[in-house]
Amino acid sequence: MTGFILRRLGESLLAVWGVVTIVFFVTRVLGDPAALLLPIGASPADIAQLRSQLGLDQPLIVQYGQFLLHAVQGDFGMSFQHSRPAMQVVLERLPATALLAFTAIAFGLIIGGIAGSVAALKRGRAIELVVMAVALLGQATPVFWLGIMLILFFGVNMGWLPTGGYGSWQNLVLPAFTLAVFVSASIARLLRSSMLEILKEDYIRTAKAKGLLRSTVFFWHVARNALIPVVTMTAILTGELLGGSVVTETVFSWPGIGRLIIQAIEAKDFPVIQAGITLIATIFVLINFLVDLLYGILDPRIRARR
Amino acid sequence: MALLEIKNLTVQFDTPGGVVHAVNDLSYSVEAGETLGIVGESGSGKSVHILALLGLLPTPPGRIVSGEAWFDGQNLMAMSDRALREVRGGQIGMVFQDPMSSLNPVLTVGRQLKEVLVRHTDLRGRALKDRMVELLDIVGIPHPEARLSQYPHEFSGGMRQRVMIAIGMACNPRLLIADEATTALDVTVQAQILDLVRKLKEDFGTTVIWITHDMGVVAELADTIQVMYGGRIMERGPVRPVFHDPRSAYTWGLLNSLPDEGARTQRRLYQIPGSPPNMAKPPAGDPFAPRNPFATERCRAEVPPLREVGDVPGHKVAAWYDLPALLAAQKEETQ
Ligand SMILES: Nc1ncnc2c1ncn2[C@@H]1O[C@H](COP(=O)(O)OP(=O)(O)OP(=O)(O)O)[C@@H](O)[C@H]1O
Ligand code: SF4
Ligand SMILES: [Mg+2]
Repeated sequence: MTGFILRRLGESLLAVWGVVTIVFFVTRVLGDPAALLLPIGASPADIAQLRSQLGLDQPLIVQYGQFLLHAVQGDFGMSFQHSRPAMQVVLERLPATALLAFTAIAFGLIIGGIAGSVAALKRGRAIELVVMAVALLGQATPVFWLGIMLILFFGVNMGWLPTGGYGSWQNLVLPAFTLAVFVSASIARLLRSSMLEILKEDYIRTAKAKGLLRSTVFFWHVARNALIPVVTMTAILTGELLGGSVVTETVFSWPGIGRLIIQAIEAKDFPVIQAGITLIATIFVLINFLVDLLYGILDPRIRARR
Repeated sequence: MALLEIKNLTVQFDTPGGVVHAVNDLSYSVEAGETLGIVGESGSGKSVHILALLGLLPTPPGRIVSGEAWFDGQNLMAMSDRALREVRGGQIGMVFQDPMSSLNPVLTVGRQLKEVLVRHTDLRGRALKDRMVELLDIVGIPHPEARLSQYPHEFSGGMRQRVMIAIGMACNPRLLIADEATTALDVTVQAQILDLVRKLKEDFGTTVIWITHDMGVVAELADTIQVMYGGRIMERGPVRPVFHDPRSAYTWGLLNSLPDEGARTQRRLYQIPGSPPNMAKPPAGDPFAPRNPFATERCRAEVPPLREVGDVPGHKVAAWYDLPALLAAQKEETQ
C-alpha cells in the first residue's frame, strides 16, 4: 500500500510537470510577451531591452529551465494586467470557485443520489420514467441557457435573487443551482444504471435470502457497491468545477478562476494563464490521487491488487 | 407431518421470446427430518421453484401464476414481505450455487455471517463472535478467527462455498435448502460437506432439500429422490426403489447414462440424447416425450398425472404406461 501511494504520487508529479511544460511551450508559440507589454510603436531597442530584462533573449531551453525553477516555488512572474504576482492573482479567485464547486457538488450528490436510487428501486414504474426524463433533460440543457433563464425569471422578473455578483448567499443560489442541475442529473443517471446492475448480482439474492431488512440490503449491499463508480464521477466533476466553470462564472459575473483565465487569455496575460492552468492541473491530479486512495478503501479487491 | 407442502405451483417468465413455462403445476411435500434430493437436467425448474416459494424470484420477468407453499402451518406464498423476511435465513436457510458470485465482494466474510445472526438471534458481543468462529470451524475453515476479517476474494471457491453453508445453517434452520451447493467443489471437499450436512441432521434434526445434478450424491444423502423435467415431477419416491426400479423413462435414462466410477470422479455429468425442451414452446403432452424412445401417441398429446406405482408406498411416477413391461418386451425382442 505504501508502495502504491509513493508510485501514484510520483505519477501525479509527472502529470503536473507535463502540463506545465505544455503550457510553457504553447504560450511561447502564441506570441512575444515583450512586444505585447510595450505600447504599439515602441522602438526595437526598447523591445530588445525588455526582452533581455525578462530573459527572453536566452535560448528556449534555458528559459524553460528558469521557468520550471520558478514554477516549483509558485513564482510565475508578474501579471501583466494586475502588476502583482500571477499566482497570487489566481489564488485570490480560488475561494469563490471552490465555494461554488462544493455547493454544487453537495446539492448534486444529495439530489442525484435520491433521484438515482428511487429510479433504480422503482424500476418500471411511472416515477422511474419521470425521474429519468428530468435527468436527461437536466444533463442536456446548456448551462448558459439555463443560467440566463434563471436570471431572467428569479432575478429580473421576480426580483427575488441578484442576477450576478459575489458576497452573500443570495449570490450563490442561482449559479450553484445551475451547476447542481447538471451534476445531479449526471449522478442520478449513473447511480441508477449502476444500481440496476448490482440488483442483478447473486449476492443481493443471498442478502435477501438471509431475511435482512430492506434497508440493510439497500445500504450495505446495493448502495455500498453501486457507489464505487459514482465516487469516480463525483471526483471528476469536482475537479472540473474546481478548475472554474467558465460559462457559469461568466454568466453570473462570479469572480472565479474560470472567468479569470478567460480574461487573461483575452489580454494575453501569460503569467496568469500559466499560473492558472498549473493550479488547475495540480488540483485535478491531486483529486485523482485521492480517488485512487478512496477506491482502495471502498473496494477491497483493488486494495489487494496493489 | 409435512414441514413443507407445495401445492400447484406454476411459475412463468415473460421474455421477448415468449412466455417461458418454468414450473408447471408442481406439488410435493417434505416431511420433518426428511432429506429430499431433487435432480434433473439444467432448466428443469429446480432453482426457480425454490426462489418462488421464498419470495426471491425476480419479478419481472418472473411471475407466480398460482400456488401455495405451506411451511409450518403458514402459506409462504400468501405472506407479507415482512413476515417472509422473518422466515428466510432464520427458519429456512439457503445455500446457493455459484459461491464465486454469491458473497458480497466488498464486505468481510465475518460481516456477512454476522448479519444473519444479528437478524435472527439474540446473540451479541462475545457470544456472537464465538458463534461466528464456531460456525466457520464447523464447516471446516482453518483459522476461523483470522478468516472472519477477510474478504471473499481471499478465499478459494471451496472455502467460499463453506462460508455460504455456514451462513445457511447459522441460525439452526428447520429447513435447509441447498441448490447445487457442492457442484463447484472437488470430490474430497464435497465428501466433507456431505458429512457436515449429515451431522447437522443428526444434531438438529434439520430437514434438507438438496438440489443436485449428481445421482451419486442423492444416493448417499437423500431419503427421497424427486426427478424433475420441464418444470414437472417425472418420478419421486424413496431412494432405493427409484434407483432399483425406475418407472419413468427419464429416470431410467438418467440412471443408465450415469458415468462409470472412473468418469464420475472426474465429475462428468450424465447425458441423455437430445436436448431439454424449449419451455417457451412446451410440448403439449409429456415434456420428455420428444426424447423418449418409449413415448406413445398419448404421451405426446396429454400430460400424465403423478400416480403411485410399485410396491413401496410413496413411489410415484408421471407416465402413461408401464416401463418395466416395455423394457422386458424390448429385451425379448433383442434376444
Ligand atoms: N430470469 C429468467 N428469465 C427468463 N427465464 C428464466 C429466468 N430464470 C430462469 N428461467 C427459465 O426457467 C427455467 C427453469 O430454470 P431453473 O433455473 O429453475 O433451472 P434449474 O433446474 O435450476 O437448472 P440448473 O440445473 O441449470 O440450475 C429455464 O427454462 C430457464 O431458462
Ligand atoms: S409419460 Fe410417456 S413419455 Fe413421459 S416419461 Fe412417461 S413414458 Fe416417457
Ligand atoms: Mg438451478
